[in-house]
Amino acid sequence: MFWDETHETLPRPDLERLQLQRLQETVRRVFARVPFYQRKFNDLGLTPEAIRSLADLRRLPFTTNADLRANYPAGLLAVPYDQTLRLHTSSGTTGKPKALFFSRQDVNNAAELCARAFIATGVRAGDVFQNMMTYGMFTGALVTHYGAEKVGCLVIPAGPGNSERQVMLMRDFGSTVIHLTPSYALYLATFLEKHGVEPRRDLQLRKAFVGAEPYTEETRRKIEEGLGLDVYNSYGLSEMNGPGVAFECEQKQGMHLWEDHFLVEILDPETDEPVPEGQSGELVLTTLCREAMPLLRYRTRDVTALITAPCACGRTHRRLHRITGRADDMLILRGVNIYPQQIERVLMAQPGIGRNYLIELTGLDEMTVKVELAEAGFGGQVEQLIALQKKLAEKLRAEILCKPTVQLVPPGDLPVSEGKAKRVVDRRQL
Amino acid sequence: MNAVKLVAVFAENKPGQTARVTRILAHANLNIRWVTIASVGAFGVMKFLVDNAQLAYEALKHEGYVTTLLEVLAVEVSDQPGALHAVAECLAFHQINLENTSGFVANQRAILVLEVSDLARAREILQQQNLRVLTREEMLTL
Repeated sequence: MFWDETHETLPRPDLERLQLQRLQETVRRVFARVPFYQRKFNDLGLTPEAIRSLADLRRLPFTTNADLRANYPAGLLAVPYDQTLRLHTSSGTTGKPKALFFSRQDVNNAAELCARAFIATGVRAGDVFQNMMTYGMFTGALVTHYGAEKVGCLVIPAGPGNSERQVMLMRDFGSTVIHLTPSYALYLATFLEKHGVEPRRDLQLRKAFVGAEPYTEETRRKIEEGLGLDVYNSYGLSEMNGPGVAFECEQKQGMHLWEDHFLVEILDPETDEPVPEGQSGELVLTTLCREAMPLLRYRTRDVTALITAPCACGRTHRRLHRITGRADDMLILRGVNIYPQQIERVLMAQPGIGRNYLIELTGLDEMTVKVELAEAGFGGQVEQLIALQKKLAEKLRAEILCKPTVQLVPPGDLPVSEGKAKRVVDRRQL
Repeated sequence: MNAVKLVAVFAENKPGQTARVTRILAHANLNIRWVTIASVGAFGVMKFLVDNAQLAYEALKHEGYVTTLLEVLAVEVSDQPGALHAVAECLAFHQINLENTSGFVANQRAILVLEVSDLARAREILQQQNLRVLTREEMLTL
């Protein structure tokens, strides 16, 4: 079943024709209305007429995170200020946030793409959607909220945190679908276990949309097991409407990226050249339908690869692999590039340890991985624990090429996150 | 025969940890008859012999501790030179390795608490040597 069958199953040549037409419109609009892009085009000696094929996309200038900050608050608007309908900001870790404006049509489009995604996962009118993302300036909750209403779900705008209340809502209103971050999903699984709630028996949960932070297949399995439901991976970023940019269908084999709304490139972050088909690189996106704030070739800093093979679900839009890292999250330890997800993959595959972990960088270039011990991993002997630490350190060394110190800690010892988890603490004195 | 059971707890190696664990045991009205704490680096394992090991396990688990129950051998030996040696040699002869061992003297009775890998076999061997392996009840009423 589809939400928008015509667009979702558009044959590739038709899809590409539509993309080119929309790209040309977008380029004409930003050139006419956004001084920032006018300057960039002029610097490159480029006019909108030069864009004659999709291959010409590569002649267009990039837009970066820094450009969004430099044009804060409203420098990138392509419509008059009084035609904007909604403001979101992107969680900036330093300095000013990035401001993202939506027109009425943009709000509607973002909800349409979420509706497509929800139907693709098997959600239907009548489902009860408990939205555990942060409401407010963050796009995560509001954009999916509107999408779920389009589908005809009962939407519970719960927001994150307060796990006791979350469980109460699930019980009292029979929630079937939840939307949350992977770190909170893991925490919630532990919470249910601790409070004797058996989700398969006591709750009606069927599906979870898990996103906003990169996570691994092992984490997906742990969440599915702990919460007794199917987990669908979702990808989005505030700069591109928020959630619903790419979403898994019932096949759970990669996330369909809505290519009639976004043009996708996967580039080598060093050379800015496209990577060979199927290989990993930085995801670069161009909006095709955005009215208030179109962005050309936005560098997401997210590392992924494209799956070009047709999907069994019948959608013709290509799929993104699970995000393997945020170019910004990458750590460099003793000269080696490391993504926290690599460490998570090793930890989640090891029996006897819990779900929460913390990577601490200390001293001159040392890494300590703190992970909670679970009861299944405890035989009462100090020697076994030392052996478990050594085993984990060895497995991590094989994965990340430098050997960290592994430290088992009691459950509840690490900071608990109910929103976006902070997995890395850098205290190096470099 | 009721084997002697210890409750083992995983804890961080920092001030206040023993106090927290023993407070939980005290609140559960459990009497500690024997204790050992082994710490390595950032963590440690505490082991307690209490009058109700199962209750101690549940109380600690309820408070979020990682805990488990361990079966051990409590052996009474004569309070005189060579007594521990006799036990050690007997187990060595049968290729049984002692994991953790401690001993004490209470009311003129010398008791060894042994953790071994093959508990049933060790018990049999010690009993063949006419050493007294104490039951849980005997151990708690020393």
